[in-house]
Amino acid sequence: MSAPLIEMRGITKSFGAVKANEAVDLSVAPGEILGLLGENGAGKTTLMNVLFGAYAPDAGEILVEGRPVAIHNSADALAAGIGMVHQHFHLAPRLTVLENLLIGIAGKSGRIDRARGLARLDEISRQYGLSLDPNLPVSALSVGEQQRLEIIKALFRGARLLILDEPTAVLAPSEVDGLFAALRSMAAQGLGIIFISHKLNEVRALTHRCVVLRHGKVAGRVDDPASTTSAEMAKLMCGHEIVPPVKQSSTPGASVLTLDRISTSAHAGTPLRDVSLFVRAGEILGIAGVSGNGQRALADVISGMLPPKAGAMTIAGKAVAQFSPRELQTLGLGRIPEDRMTTGLVTNLPLADSMVLPRIGTEVFSRKGLLNPAAIRAFAEQQIKAYDIRCPGPMVRAGALSGGNLQKVLLARELAFDPKVLIVSQPTRGLDIGAARFIQEKFLAMRAKGCGIIVIGEDLEELLMLSDRIAVMYEGRIAGTLPSADATVARLGLMMTGAEGHA
Amino acid sequence: MSVVFEQIFQVGFLAAIIRIATPLAFATLGEMFSERAGVLNLGIEGIMLLSAMAGFTAASLSGNLWLGVLVAVLVGALMGALHALFTVALGLSQHVCGIGVTLFSSGLAYFLYRLIFGQQSVPPSIDGFKPVPIPLLSDIPILGPAVFSQFTLVYLAIIAIPLAAFVLYRTPWGLSVRMVGENPRAADSAGVSVIATRFQAVILGGALMGLAGAFLTMAQFNAFTFGVVSGRGWVAIALVVFGRWDPWRSAGAALLFAFVDALQLRMQASGLGHIPYEAFLMLPFIFTIVAMAFMSRNAVAPSALLKPFRREER
Repeated sequence: MSAPLIEMRGITKSFGAVKANEAVDLSVAPGEILGLLGENGAGKTTLMNVLFGAYAPDAGEILVEGRPVAIHNSADALAAGIGMVHQHFHLAPRLTVLENLLIGIAGKSGRIDRARGLARLDEISRQYGLSLDPNLPVSALSVGEQQRLEIIKALFRGARLLILDEPTAVLAPSEVDGLFAALRSMAAQGLGIIFISHKLNEVRALTHRCVVLRHGKVAGRVDDPASTTSAEMAKLMCGHEIVPPVKQSSTPGASVLTLDRISTSAHAGTPLRDVSLFVRAGEILGIAGVSGNGQRALADVISGMLPPKAGAMTIAGKAVAQFSPRELQTLGLGRIPEDRMTTGLVTNLPLADSMVLPRIGTEVFSRKGLLNPAAIRAFAEQQIKAYDIRCPGPMVRAGALSGGNLQKVLLARELAFDPKVLIVSQPTRGLDIGAARFIQEKFLAMRAKGCGIIVIGEDLEELLMLSDRIAVMYEGRIAGTLPSADATVARLGLMMTGAEGHA
Repeated sequence: MSVVFEQIFQVGFLAAIIRIATPLAFATLGEMFSERAGVLNLGIEGIMLLSAMAGFTAASLSGNLWLGVLVAVLVGALMGALHALFTVALGLSQHVCGIGVTLFSSGLAYFLYRLIFGQQSVPPSIDGFKPVPIPLLSDIPILGPAVFSQFTLVYLAIIAIPLAAFVLYRTPWGLSVRMVGENPRAADSAGVSVIATRFQAVILGGALMGLAGAFLTMAQFNAFTFGVVSGRGWVAIALVVFGRWDPWRSAGAALLFAFVDALQLRMQASGLGHIPYEAFLMLPFIFTIVAMAFMSRNAVAPSALLKPFRREER
């Protein structure tokens, strides 16, 4: 390999008492794809923000092609040939593709130089196989296309090193293949790429070399990711072996939740049509399906947010009358919503408030119509300890916590009240391995205690590992239900496309 | 009623519409630049008043009307900079600071006016701008006398509309303004200074509001009175929404409002004497509310409007 394109030496960055990066060395050669691995909070994003000029490092230096450079802001980084594709896109939705590309680029004689912009876009399209209609507004692009625009934007500004922060988190599997092809083509033409991810199979498939961060320090380097096992890399990331949770065999009891021919009106996305299902005590029912086939409506009906048009539902033998969240909760339902930030928690209020939110006004947390702050605080502190929720304390703003810790908060507040039935959507999406394992183990522990759990998910491997039975949804119906022992990823995949009927 | 309709198609009526629309067009374009960059400027009413007073005073003391216009523009720009200091540099609430700027500017205008001119029973007036007919164009029937025999400031407003559209849509600076109003983080990561761009847009907006004020005291009324602005600033804020933050549409909205305002003036004058004149005064504002209700439902404001930009926050 030739001289490094970018070299970071001894980068240290602290936020208060927390050392987000400590003496990190890293280099990327032209034509190289470097994987940057680590759990959430390991310091990957901080390190890249230092490289892109958003944070000034406390110590250490950055060299571009062997020369030390000072990067104080994104303009410096761009000038040094460093481009970044952030996790949350930096695009203006109502401006066109071309306008988003030309922002910050001086035109000739004070006018926007559309012709040159179009020519450059065309050149990049042909060189790397990334094409987009320049006149479409960004709001008309799919997520994958917006990401492509971010990549083009970096190349447009002459980036020779491209940083991609968890680029695959927002993509469908088919789009991931397209992204990888484009990245390989860029590397083949001499660009350097830093690929940040915690998905081990992707890192193994794409990268030439890996740096693994843990607690802000380099925990290890992998020189040949393709022939290193995921288990070895996971060990580097977590600092210990990752053992898949063990599912004890159990005998399910009586049904704790039944849906009988439930249909909904076309309210939010695909409506339910004649859905009947049941979950027994001590059983996990997985709901598989391509996103948008009625999973949202199913979760909303079961948690009382969407009253059905027809059909009946019982919880622990009692018929549901009102379909209000409070009624269902009283009957013994616990719910972990899909979107932690919008329907799960109130991000601007203290953590403790979000923890008691579903039970505000009940005897547990109030006395004679007034809140009982001492009980609320005590409850929050107890749960923080029990679930190892990493936070400065119960009064911190909930939005300041990481995704894994937020999920623990949601889990804690439901499990504390021993629900008879638990409905969860996408429980481990966006979480790193450690946090995901913790959540999965909790579900299995609840199952052992006799709770009936419905897990709606897109990760088939996870559903197969957790579930006793798996139902597949297709166009608002249950296309079929299989015992996990009979289910395979291939068979489920077939049912998800509507190819196979009732099993 | 037939009297009213006869008068609508008179040349004088068309000329009145253009005259009434001119300060509204300046103010609306000024507010639009500010809002496109993500900064609501509720200081507009006070900025127009202070500029109107400052321009009038400078013209009155120096005898030079264009010096008066220059002073009004500079005062407007300065007050824009003050608003930007609070809302852009310090990131304070745009609502609260805007109202503060209006209250401060109005109070300052009244105070300085009293200080300089004392209390007089008849407000002092100046010899204001005179219409400058454009050769040839002013000979066109109807359109000539209505549009091309106007004050120079009116021509300036007519030029300002396409110029604003050109700057906003065809120049890199205009693109930066639109970008910082939609997604400042995107602009920042592209190496555009969000703070500087917003400052510039709010200052330019203030200067245009200053021009609007100058027109009122140096062309339209030729005197400064405490009610000289009388809500035109607030109307401009509504017209920006009505015009969907676009220079052409905003100017169109100003013309439409001016039409209704000219109409009510004619109705006041045309012998419908049994109706109190205050009823006619309400017409343009009722029109604004109704028009807003029907036309602005799917108007989408710049995404980052009202949101201060701080780099470290996510």
